[in-house]
Parts: sequence; structure tokens; C-alpha cells
Amino acid sequence: MPQTLKACAPPPYPMAPTMTPVTRFIRESAEVFTFDLAPECATPFAPGQFNMLYAFGVGEIPISISGDSQSPERLTHTIRAVGPVSAALGRLKAGDQVGLRGPFGVGWPVEEAKGFDVLLIGGGIGLAPLRPAIYWLLRHRAAYGRVGVLYGARTPEDLIFGAELEEWRRTPDLQLRVAVERAGPDWTGDVGYVTPLLSKLRFDPADAIAMICGPEVMIRATALALEDAGVADSRIFVSMERNMKCAIGHCGHCQFGPLFICKDGPVHRYDRVRSLLAYREL
Amino acid sequence: MKDIADLLRHHPFAEGLDEETLALVAGCAKNVVLQPGDYLHREGAAADSFYLVRHGAVALETFVPGRGAFTFLTVKSGEILGADWLIPPYRSSFDARAIELTRAIAFDGKCLRGKCGADPRVGYEMMKRFIPPLVKRLQSARMQALGMYDAANA
Repeated sequence: MPQTLKACAPPPYPMAPTMTPVTRFIRESAEVFTFDLAPECATPFAPGQFNMLYAFGVGEIPISISGDSQSPERLTHTIRAVGPVSAALGRLKAGDQVGLRGPFGVGWPVEEAKGFDVLLIGGGIGLAPLRPAIYWLLRHRAAYGRVGVLYGARTPEDLIFGAELEEWRRTPDLQLRVAVERAGPDWTGDVGYVTPLLSKLRFDPADAIAMICGPEVMIRATALALEDAGVADSRIFVSMERNMKCAIGHCGHCQFGPLFICKDGPVHRYDRVRSLLAYREL
Repeated sequence: MKDIADLLRHHPFAEGLDEETLALVAGCAKNVVLQPGDYLHREGAAADSFYLVRHGAVALETFVPGRGAFTFLTVKSGEILGADWLIPPYRSSFDARAIELTRAIAFDGKCLRGKCGADPRVGYEMMKRFIPPLVKRLQSARMQALGMYDAANA
């Protein structure tokens, strides 16, 4: 944590956002963008946690933090423009302000994973919430066994964090496989669904922890594939998404059976949610 | 120098296959080497072969006029390529193009169909090896068809 930034005091009103400037804006793909926020005080967060971002006059949405948890003076978020709020956030530029609340929720089990092989599987924008965990693992590489990252996207043009993917591909002791659903003739990487690539990673299923983030249909399929490979369901962690509003477990919008995604998650142990995932009503 | 039975024996497809059956089906096989850009088969052409990829990568493609060729699946080392030889009218549904130097075992589909028909035990052994990857590819194709990555946010 930088010495120049004092720690934030607990917010007096948890629903009140703090005006926070955008310091950098990056277009990742046609629909996805990344921006950095510079909070006035240090805002420590754990990989996998999220913030509530308020686009003034439009609304507030939960967005996972996609930056490095070792640099809490800079809060990075990667967003796909799919609705009015995310589209409004996508029109911001450096110097503009957003409302910030957070961080919230339970993140990835990076401490619990020490000593294990670690598999991180992201689909689409789901790589963004995993990126802080990847940073963490690389920074503490000696504490973990084999590390593998699988990333699935629609097309090569939809891949996010392109420069980092290339860097990770060259990183010793990091297995990276990227699959797109369709590609032009110039693409020489994998084409197909992301789950079958599990068989291409080297890991010991008996001593592996997996972290999955992506569309729920992909989460279910990937968790089953991991189980088929021998990974215990108690060692599979999934990041869930529901309609979050207050982010502190008061409003109930994100209730998922007995759980609240905002405060019990968004990262959940798969064995604790797998039965709930079968209910379409939830 | 390895003969075709040796090459076959070391491919995951042949795992658990008894020597007699292995020698029988190896009689339908030959070793092939493809340079990047070589086509294994073209859409609409006779599907008279299937392949066990030993090393390399092959793109399955379809051509969209005005937009070019689209790859929807890559088949890599240790995997099988080709299913159209199994069902009449034995016609290739897509283009298959090597995207890197590729070494494969090519089977004559008609030869193998004949041996499977003559000995149902051989046919069953082959079916046990073909059905799992085909079903997995069907499952994956369904997921791809859903376009699921479009809907998610973080």
C-alpha cells in the first residue's frame, strides 16, 4: 500500500457514494472498457470483491474490481456496456467523476489455495474479476503449485487484457489457454468451448483449487467438468451474479436461497450453491 | 522406424485396444504429414477418411461469402478429426485445414467400415472411442450456439 495515501475511515452512511475521479480509460473491445479510479484514501480490497459504481443521473451497478489488490490507491474496473448504467459509465473520460461505494463481498480464496494447484477459468468479461487473483498468484508464485488459466471469449476481437494475455503466455510456471467460439483464418489459437481445454492443463485434481467466473451456464458446465476430472466440489469456487442494489445485505434484491450474493458472495464455494443453481426460480 | 501400428498404439484413441484389433484397424491406416495451409478435406467432398492428430493443429472452417472463412473448432494433438465418414452419404460438412505442421494417422473410412461391419466386436471398440468425443463436441457446440458470453457482465 502506498505510504502517501491514508486509510479510508469507515463510511458514516453505507449507501452514500464518494465522488471519485476517473484517471484512465481504456477501450478493451467494442463493448468492453476499463477505467481506473483514484480514491482520496486507500481502499484495500481482496481479489474477487466488487464496488458499487454510480453513474450520476442514471444509476448504480455492482462491478468487480479488476486491478491489483496490492495497489489499492488505484481501483480498476472492467465493464461490458449492456445496460443504461454500464453504457453511461462507458462514456466517461479521464477527469470525470463517478460515485463509489465499496469494496463489498467475499472474494477468491487465495489464502486457502496456498500449497494447491490453482485453476482459474473465465468466460467473456468473467476474466476481469479473476485478474486480481491472477496478479496475487503471480506475486506470491512460490506459495502455490501449478497455476493454469483458461479463458473463453466469443471471437479474437472480444478478448480483453490482450497485452497481459501475451505477457502471461510468456510467463514461466503459468499455463494459459485461450479459446474463442469462432475466428477468422488468422487465428491460430484454440477455437471451441472453453471447458474441454481443462484436459490440456497439467494439475493434480486431488490437490487443486478452481476458481470460475463467467455466465452461469458456463459455471455449471465447468464445475461439472472439474468434478469429472476429480476436483472436489468443496474446492471449486464460483463468482455469482444477481441483481445487487444495496450491496450490504439489507435490500434482498440479490437473495439466492438462504444466501445474499452481495455479502455472502459474490464468490461462493460450489458445494454450497450447487443445489441452488438447479432452481430456475432463484 | 515406427510402423503405423506403433504410431497408433501411442495415440489416446487406441488406449485399451487389444493388439489383435489394433493390428486389424492399422491395416486401414497410413501416416500423413500436412504443412500449414494444407486441407485434409473440403466441404462437400467425399468423406473417405478420418484422422488421429498426433502433433499439430487443424482448423475446421466454413466459408461465408463476403466475410471469409470462419473457424469454429480447432483439433489438436491427441484428438480425432472427422465424423462424416461414419454416415451416408459420406460427405464432408466442413473444410479442415492444417494451421501448423501436423502429423496424423489417416484412416480409410470405407476400409474401416468394412472391418467394423464384418466383426461387430471391432465395431463396438471403434464406437466406444468415437462416441465420447463426438458427444462432448456436440455439448460444446450447443454452448457455443447459445452465445453465452454475450450476456454476462462482471
